[in-house]
Amino acid sequence: MNVDLSTSLGSLELSSPTLTASGCAAAGRELAQFGDVSSLGAVVTKSIMMEPRSGRATPRMAETPSGMLNSIGLQGPGIEAFLEKDLSWLTQNNVTTIVSIAGNNVDEFGELARILAKVPGIAGLEVNISCPNVESRGQVFACNPVSAAQVIETVKSVWHSDAPVLAKLSPDVTDIVEIAHSVVEAGVGGVSMINTLLGMVIDVDKMKPMLGGRTGGLSGPAIRPVAVRAIYQVHAALPNLPILGMGGIRTGHDALEFIAAGASAVSIGTVVFGDPGAPWRIATELGQELQARGYDSLREVIGLAHHN
Amino acid sequence: MTPVGGYLHMIVDAPGVAEVEPGHFAALAVGGPNGATLLRRAFSIHKSTLGESLEFIFAPHGPGTQWLATQRAGDVIDIIAPLGKPFILPKQPISCVIVAGGYGAAPMELLARELRARNCRVDIVLGAATQEKLFGVLDLKGVSDSLIVTTDDGTSGVRGRVTDVLAGVITKNNSQAVYACGPMPMLQAVAQVSQENGAFSQCAVEESMACGIGVCMTCVLPIIGDDGVTRMARSCVDGPVFRGDRVRWDDVDTVPSDAFGAPRPGGH
Repeated sequence: MNVDLSTSLGSLELSSPTLTASGCAAAGRELAQFGDVSSLGAVVTKSIMMEPRSGRATPRMAETPSGMLNSIGLQGPGIEAFLEKDLSWLTQNNVTTIVSIAGNNVDEFGELARILAKVPGIAGLEVNISCPNVESRGQVFACNPVSAAQVIETVKSVWHSDAPVLAKLSPDVTDIVEIAHSVVEAGVGGVSMINTLLGMVIDVDKMKPMLGGRTGGLSGPAIRPVAVRAIYQVHAALPNLPILGMGGIRTGHDALEFIAAGASAVSIGTVVFGDPGAPWRIATELGQELQARGYDSLREVIGLAHHN
Repeated sequence: MTPVGGYLHMIVDAPGVAEVEPGHFAALAVGGPNGATLLRRAFSIHKSTLGESLEFIFAPHGPGTQWLATQRAGDVIDIIAPLGKPFILPKQPISCVIVAGGYGAAPMELLARELRARNCRVDIVLGAATQEKLFGVLDLKGVSDSLIVTTDDGTSGVRGRVTDVLAGVITKNNSQAVYACGPMPMLQAVAQVSQENGAFSQCAVEESMACGIGVCMTCVLPIIGDDGVTRMARSCVDGPVFRGDRVRWDDVDTVPSDAFGAPRPGGH
């Protein structure tokens, strides 16, 4: 195949356009039995927080048509154990790593960025300001342009590195373009979109919400058109803003839609649960889809749907 | 695909499959590559021939298992196996009890054979709600020193639960180890009876999974670690077999307040 699949997210050059989506590949290690993790565009880690976190009660998952709800609640080991066990493995295995961070408040985001700024070998930060599985909607910083910008400004003030800071945006807003403008003004290097949509399934035998956390984040192919729309809107408004696209990508054909809408690279999420080899498979398929349409490179297709 | 009582027995050609130990499970993709069911279904492995085949026992009761039931000879099924931590086998020829509920009996013939190969005594207690839901009675009889059947409705064997007879079996045979697979309430009761009667129990738990390979954090339950700290452990990679005395059965489906990283007031 002659198609050039290399791409970039701002200053970050990627040899492959498929990354793992945060929360769908842990910290990469478990996928190593299915493929060479270092050959992926990057591993975007499950969002890490300052303290160890148990996550929410089970049931944490409900399968839905062409999708699923999850209500994990950011289970994780905390930054200290993450650096010691997870990041060290990623670094030793030459994996391009984008660390996803999540905080209970603005200061925690800043503290995480301050700690990670001192750690060599991190290719980028994805700032998860849009996890729906938190106690209060006020903690979904990406729902409010002012809070979203506050988090990004705080992170940027301690992140003295060329590695891009990406803001992960929620589609559960009236105008995602407004939020994108706001994080751009705060100095973000790119946006990741979309996070899951807040949803609920009710168990009508028990007559109560199925998930332990009651609500959960909807992901999978069911949300793909929402993601494509959001990326299209933001790319139209901010054509120079690098976009990492995600939301229900299952095939190379799906990924091509995201690229044409304006994403420079894509993260593969929920489909990994059913097909752990998907991040590699989709990169191959994307190459085939581009070749079949006569394109020489992925870069020439980024945002192409805006010009026709 | 052969009906066995209330279940289906599926034999799959699996060239190159690694060695399966009792308690290992498999994650099966269902619905085809364009289907609407994205998540794998986890099944304990009934039997396997190294490098050749895998066998499963299941009941078609949801969209995934109903799709599986429609598969015919020649169809291709996407399977990841073997997965998980299997039962730990004794080094000494000790006296063991196998307890299984319903299709929880699926992996137990393999286990009984392994135990007997180690010269262990193997007594088996098989239970189900009703006779139709029993699995493997004759095959397990052939690989055990004794076998007791219980059904909730008395349609076969002793009327009652497996735990109604378990204490007697442990006492009579001086059993040191109990191996269990079945519904969670049964496992909880088995773990308790085992502990009360001085036997060490291992339970293969049934938690719903999304990936089966340790990345999604769906299938967690509170497990007490060697350091005494309770963690929300993944049943797919840290289990599915856990020591019965390490599972906080009363707290399953919750996050105990003393668990590692548990929410503080106002958190999460």
